[in-house]
Amino acid sequence: MSQVNGIGEQPAILVEGLTKSFGEVHALRGIDLSVPRGTVLGVLGPNGAGKTTAVRILTTLLLPDGGQALVEGHDVVREAAAVRRSIGLAGQSAAIQEELTGRENLEIIGRLYHLSWPHARSRAVELLEQFGLSDAADRAAKTYSGGMQRRLDLAASLVGRPKVLFLDEPTTGLDPRSRLGMWDIIRSLVADGTTLLLTTQYLDEADELANEIVVIDHGLVIAAGTSEELKGRVGGDVVEFTVPARGRVADAAAAVAKLGESEPFADPETGMVSVRVGSRGSDALVEVVRSLDAAEVETRGLALRRPSLDDVFLALTGHAAEEEEPGGRRRGRRGARRGKDMERTAS
Amino acid sequence: MTAVAERASAPGVPAGPGLGVRFRWAVSDTLTITRRNLLVWMRVPAYLVFTVIQPVLFVLMFRYVFGGAIPVNVPGGYVNFLMPGIIAQTAAFATFGTAIALAIELKKGVIDRLRSMPMARSAVLAGRLVADTGRMTVTILIVLGVGYAVGFRFTNGFGPAVAMVLLAIVFGVAICCIAAFTGLAIGDEESVQAFGLIWLFPITFLSSAFVPISTMPGWLQAFANNQPVTYVVDTMRALALGGPVAANLWKSVAWLAGIFIVFLPLAVRAYRRAS
Repeated sequence: MSQVNGIGEQPAILVEGLTKSFGEVHALRGIDLSVPRGTVLGVLGPNGAGKTTAVRILTTLLLPDGGQALVEGHDVVREAAAVRRSIGLAGQSAAIQEELTGRENLEIIGRLYHLSWPHARSRAVELLEQFGLSDAADRAAKTYSGGMQRRLDLAASLVGRPKVLFLDEPTTGLDPRSRLGMWDIIRSLVADGTTLLLTTQYLDEADELANEIVVIDHGLVIAAGTSEELKGRVGGDVVEFTVPARGRVADAAAAVAKLGESEPFADPETGMVSVRVGSRGSDALVEVVRSLDAAEVETRGLALRRPSLDDVFLALTGHAAEEEEPGGRRRGRRGARRGKDMERTAS
Repeated sequence: MTAVAERASAPGVPAGPGLGVRFRWAVSDTLTITRRNLLVWMRVPAYLVFTVIQPVLFVLMFRYVFGGAIPVNVPGGYVNFLMPGIIAQTAAFATFGTAIALAIELKKGVIDRLRSMPMARSAVLAGRLVADTGRMTVTILIVLGVGYAVGFRFTNGFGPAVAMVLLAIVFGVAICCIAAFTGLAIGDEESVQAFGLIWLFPITFLSSAFVPISTMPGWLQAFANNQPVTYVVDTMRALALGGPVAANLWKSVAWLAGIFIVFLPLAVRAYRRAS
């Protein structure tokens, strides 16, 4: 938030014109970011948008092709060692040693941060306590639930007391309850003054946690602002329903067209129709039901919902967020392998 | 050490350490990773059993099933011929663990985490090699014990016997470098297991490890006579049972040095590029 960022104070993360290609795949095509100290930036985008590539460059795992990136004032290419001393990273999977206990995992990380044995031990105890893992501290991590493994992973990223924390899709694959627990933990970290860059595919997650959101698609920032600003661009709530008789999809869309704030979106193949109704909420829902009834169109699963990432994407780009290449999530990685000749890594 | 620890633990002080401190950290990081890897190995009894059980089965199978049909011209008979070969193969096969462990760590993001930390860049590979050398040594000693139980005897004295074990270990570490490179370059556990190191089978069997090369067809002899496993096994056999050592030893050393020179840098490069 702007009041945190005093005049002349250097942001925790500053990115200008960052580019990265893996062979033919242009993962980043010139990204700018600025994250003031103590704030949370949510990087929102579908699979393969370039989110992970950006995180990997900022955490010194990958060299950019062009542009500049500073973390805590240190260049990620020229001063990679200094950057590593001020960051923490938790990726999409739990990067823990499953055969070892939670305590051993954290103690080993502590030793690798060059804490003395007593320091490493007390830091592990502290973090296990903070993350509600004390009872499970001496069990092998492979006996942990998915949520517990992610918490242990997050704890590991905090052993070195990073000033800037990078969380790459911290709740992907978690059940709703673990997800809420993760959000609480992340909120408490931010309250302690940690700067956070968080990537996510979920609008509600960015909404809950981030001060500012940037939306990335095909390697470009296509929108930036607060969650309210982005939702304003989407146009409020959405009424959505399915028409079982595919032949009547067009009739249904026509029937609700006059109620919407823009053209309804209708998919003749799946029979799904959605229409943006602004902030009229349940009134709009009633009107939609009446119009469909009048037009004698039968529907299923009619519901009013908050705008989703899909809606943001539809509004901003004209295509759905789910659109992805075969192989989906693994594209970045596969691309990275294919383009290995082009790739140089900071050391 | 206390001063170092305190500076590192103070909240986010990006002080660039001097050369001496960096060297100490490289050693301590390597030991930490070594300790972690050995802990994982001991924590999972299945790993231990699988690393040991396969060579033990080979000892028993060749000693009692095939051995009687293989005429050899060494003192003590086939079991004495066999053991140096089995031990070389044990050392080579132990490196499957190296490749698979690195591939898993890469896939799970463990290597990403370690690479994003201010630890020594060399420690992950160095620690892996040190731990796997320890693991390999234990396996070799167990297999040797089983060999003794089924009739194998060193007939050339204690010193050469120790030298034989050491050569087997150095040979294993050389293969370890190839395995580390393979694991990091392939980066997928199943692929590594399925074909990453499959060449170890022909290269150990098409050598003097299990049968005298003179029993093979001529075209195969040409290969078997001129490949590193044969040089290493022949040297080990001469150390264990007596006989001329020098010629095969120099060829072994040349091959092993060549493997280190090529594959150690490749493994380091694969680690630094790992994605």
